[in-house]
Amino acid sequence: MNIGNTDIVDTFAEAFSMVGTRIIITAETDAWAMAAARAMTGFATSVIGCKCEAGIEKTLAADETPDRRPGVSVLLFTMDKKSIGTRLVERIGQCVMTCPTTACFNGLSAPDSVVVGGQLRYFGDGFQMSKVINSNRLWRIPVMDGEFLVDESFSITTAVGGGNLLLIGHDRAGTLAAAEQTTAAMRIIDDIILPFPDGVVRSGSKVGSKYKSLIASTNDAYCPTLRAVSKQSALPESAQCVLEIVIDGLTEDAVKQAMQTGMKAAAAAGILQISAGNYGGSLGQYKINLKDLVN
Amino acid sequence: MSLKLTLHTSPDVPLEAPCLNPDTLAGMTADIVAAQKVMHGNQAASVGDFFKVAGKANGTLELEGDLSRVKYIGAGMQSGILNVTGNVGQHLGAGMSGGDIRVDGDAGDWVAPEMRGGRVTITGNAGHLVGGAPRGSAIGMLGGEIIIHGNVRNETGHAMRNGLIAVGGTSGDFTGVNMLAGTIIVLGDMGNRSGAGMQRGSIVSMNPAEMLPTFTHACVYRPEFLRLLLLHIRSAGLPVNDDHIEGAYDRWCGDVVEVNRGEILLLNGA
Repeated sequence: MNIGNTDIVDTFAEAFSMVGTRIIITAETDAWAMAAARAMTGFATSVIGCKCEAGIEKTLAADETPDRRPGVSVLLFTMDKKSIGTRLVERIGQCVMTCPTTACFNGLSAPDSVVVGGQLRYFGDGFQMSKVINSNRLWRIPVMDGEFLVDESFSITTAVGGGNLLLIGHDRAGTLAAAEQTTAAMRIIDDIILPFPDGVVRSGSKVGSKYKSLIASTNDAYCPTLRAVSKQSALPESAQCVLEIVIDGLTEDAVKQAMQTGMKAAAAAGILQISAGNYGGSLGQYKINLKDLVN
Repeated sequence: MSLKLTLHTSPDVPLEAPCLNPDTLAGMTADIVAAQKVMHGNQAASVGDFFKVAGKANGTLELEGDLSRVKYIGAGMQSGILNVTGNVGQHLGAGMSGGDIRVDGDAGDWVAPEMRGGRVTITGNAGHLVGGAPRGSAIGMLGGEIIIHGNVRNETGHAMRNGLIAVGGTSGDFTGVNMLAGTIIVLGDMGNRSGAGMQRGSIVSMNPAEMLPTFTHACVYRPEFLRLLLLHIRSAGLPVNDDHIEGAYDRWCGDVVEVNRGEILLLNGA
C-alpha cells in the first residue's frame, strides 16, 4: 500500500479513551492570550509524566470569542473526570489567572461538566462576585490589573487520545522537515491537538521496561541505533530517523481526519514510510487502521 | 394557529386576569378560554366579557388591544410565549419562572415582581418598580431578564436579588434602591440616588450620574464581564454601541450604610 512513493505499513494506531475539554482564553492582545495558552499547555505532553495532555487548538479572532477580544483555543485531556477538574483548576489558576488581562471561558457544549471558576473564586478572599449571563454563571475575581473573569464550570466529553503516525525517513534533516510540513497540515483540523513539542516526538515509547518501576520505555523497534541490537527492529534498511506525531482529539473522527491529512502531507514531503504505534491491540479502545485512511 | 384574544370591551376599572398566560390556557378550546374567570374590580367576570377568543392554545398566546387596565397578565407563567400588541397594566409577569413575554407597547408599574426566570421584553416604556418587590415584601425579582427598550420610572430593581434588568432609555430616581444582588443596566440617564441602600449587585449606566456620598470611587477600568452583558443585551435589540463595549468605566462602591459590596459602573467619557 502506498501514497505516491511512500510505503504505508499495514498496521494500526492504538488510541485510548480519554476525557477532554476546550478552554477559550482571551486577552487584551493576541500576544497575551497566546502567552497564557503557552503557559497552560506547558509540561503537558503525555499523561504518563505530566498528568494531562494539552495543546493549542487554534487562535481565535476577536469576533469568534465570547468577549470579542483576541483569543486562543486550548484542548486538555486526562484519563478521567476527577483528574480533569483538578488539572483545570491548577492550570487555569496558575497559568491563565496569573497572565495580565486574560479571561477564561468554557469552549465546549456537552452535558457533563466540572467546576473550575467555582473553585478559583476563593482566591478572591470574599471580594469575588458572580454574574449569571444567559443562564451561565461566571466569577469575577479581583486581581491587580482589574478582574479575572472565568466560567464557573467547564464542559467535558469523552475523547480519544494517542492517535499517532510514525514518520520513517532516510535521514534526520529530511524527516524533520517532513514532520514540520505534516504537523502544519494537521493543525488546520478542528477538535485536535498535537501535544508534543511543536507536535513532534522523538522518544516514542513501548509499554513496560526491563526496569520494574517503569511503565514505559524507549521504543527500541524504531530506534535506528538499535537496528542491530533490538530483536524487534521494524526499520527498513535505508531508514535512519523516525519521528512520531501524536494526536489527541475530542472525537474519533477528528483524530482519523488529522491522521489522514498527516499521511498525505508526509507522503507529499517525500517520507520513506509511514507506520503507527500500537500495543498489539490489547490496551487501547480504538484501532485506527492506516489502510482505511489511504483512500 | 395560536390562541388569540382581542379586546372588544375596555374594562371600566382594573381587570385582574392572571389566567392570561400560556400555561393556564394550555389545551383549552376557545369556548373554555372565554369562560375563564377574571375579576373586574370587585366583580367576578369572564374572559369572554372582554375578549374575542380565536384559535387554540399551542404554547403561544397572542393578546391584542389596549390592555393598560388589565393586571397580572402572564402571572405565574412557567413556559411558552406570550405576545401582546398594545399596552399592558400593572404586575405583568408577576412571579413568572419561565417563558417569554413580549409587549409591543408600554407597561404599567411593577413589571415582573418576584420574577424567578424567563424573559420579559417591553418595546415601549414601563412604570415604577420594574422587577421590584411588592409592598410588604423584602425581595424583588430573583432571576430572569427584563428588557425595556424605552424609559422606566422610579425604583427600578427595588430589592432585586438576582437577574438582569436592561433599560434602553432613561430611569427615574432610586434605581436599584435596596438592591441585594443582580444587575441593572441603563443605557440612558439615571435619576437621583441610584443604588441607595444597595448591598450587592451592579448598576451600570452609559451617562454620568450623581453619586450618593455613601459611595466611594474605586478606579477606572475595563470590566470584561460587562462586555459579555452588553453583547447579550445588544443581541436582545438594545442600542449598545462599540464604545459601550470597548469603553472604560468608573467603578463606585457602596452603599456604606449597608455592606458596601455593591457597585455602580459609569462609562468614563474622558
